[in-house]
Amino acid sequence: MHVPDGFLDAQTSLATGVVAAGAVAVALRGARRELDDRTAPMAGLVAAFVFAAQMLNFPVAVGTSGHLLGGTLAAVLVGPYTAVLCISVVLLVQSLMFADGGVTALGTNVTLMALVGVVVGWLVFRLVQAVLPRTVASVTPAAAIGAFVSVPAAALGFVGLYLVGGTVDLPTGALTVSMLGWHTLIGIGEAVITALTVGAVSAVRPDLVHGARHVLEARELVVRDGIEEQA
Amino acid sequence: MTTRRFFVAFAIAAILLAGVVSYFAAGSPDGLNRVAEDHGLASAEKEHPTDGSPLADYGTKGVDNGALSGAVAGVLGVGIVLVVAGGLAFVVRRRRPSSA
Repeated sequence: MHVPDGFLDAQTSLATGVVAAGAVAVALRGARRELDDRTAPMAGLVAAFVFAAQMLNFPVAVGTSGHLLGGTLAAVLVGPYTAVLCISVVLLVQSLMFADGGVTALGTNVTLMALVGVVVGWLVFRLVQAVLPRTVASVTPAAAIGAFVSVPAAALGFVGLYLVGGTVDLPTGALTVSMLGWHTLIGIGEAVITALTVGAVSAVRPDLVHGARHVLEARELVVRDGIEEQA
Repeated sequence: MTTRRFFVAFAIAAILLAGVVSYFAAGSPDGLNRVAEDHGLASAEKEHPTDGSPLADYGTKGVDNGALSGAVAGVLGVGIVLVVAGGLAFVVRRRRPSSA
């Protein structure tokens, strides 16, 4: 969903740049609470993993593909504030070094994928988690549903920005329908990749899954000791 | 699994995805590009200012073999993102004097 330069006018790009800068500033403060000596390397690895996974376009129909956005995956593994930073770094590197996603559109892409993608994915994840049993086993399905919703949400975000500052006159209804349609399909892929990744990490090291932290804390401390000693 | 072993496994997974699995990725336009093509927005796309950079479009300048070019670019990208994001996380993190 990398928006190239030229889709949105200069004012809108500037405005999303300000929003993106604000989001990163807030994330830098919030991430301090999420990161310590043990989870800091995890943040680097999650960002690198999202970069790699974003290269893997999967077909969703003839002539159309999608790829992971990764906001929910990162939020569940390293926390929402750190996830905003991780996805922003991925987008920055992609734009400046890989010519993927515009440079004036960087603020737009950070707003859509690092802000909307992470916030919507994380909130839906927490909502589903509150409904499901308080176990580690609930983390993966909750992450999958958050991931699924986050993609059409980011697509709607693009439609909203386009209404404000699109460079070509397009019928709003048709644009909304096609953006939502394709990105609902892509959301299924997002859910599958997120579930596989969060599921794998939860299986071996649930203590390194930010979204499982309060579940583990509610359990006996013996369990955490057990994990440490097994290793 | 020890933390160190887990981190190494996670890094290897990212490298394999970017270096090997990426070769099999679909080449068709993604959702946004498809919508842009269908609605006549694609022509509004401006040339990318870093189109000439050594890793532009996930290829490595100077490496002629298509698969190798993509693999090198992908693995380099994983390394760059790991260093930048990991470095940022290290600067931002809470420091616990008790931990090693």
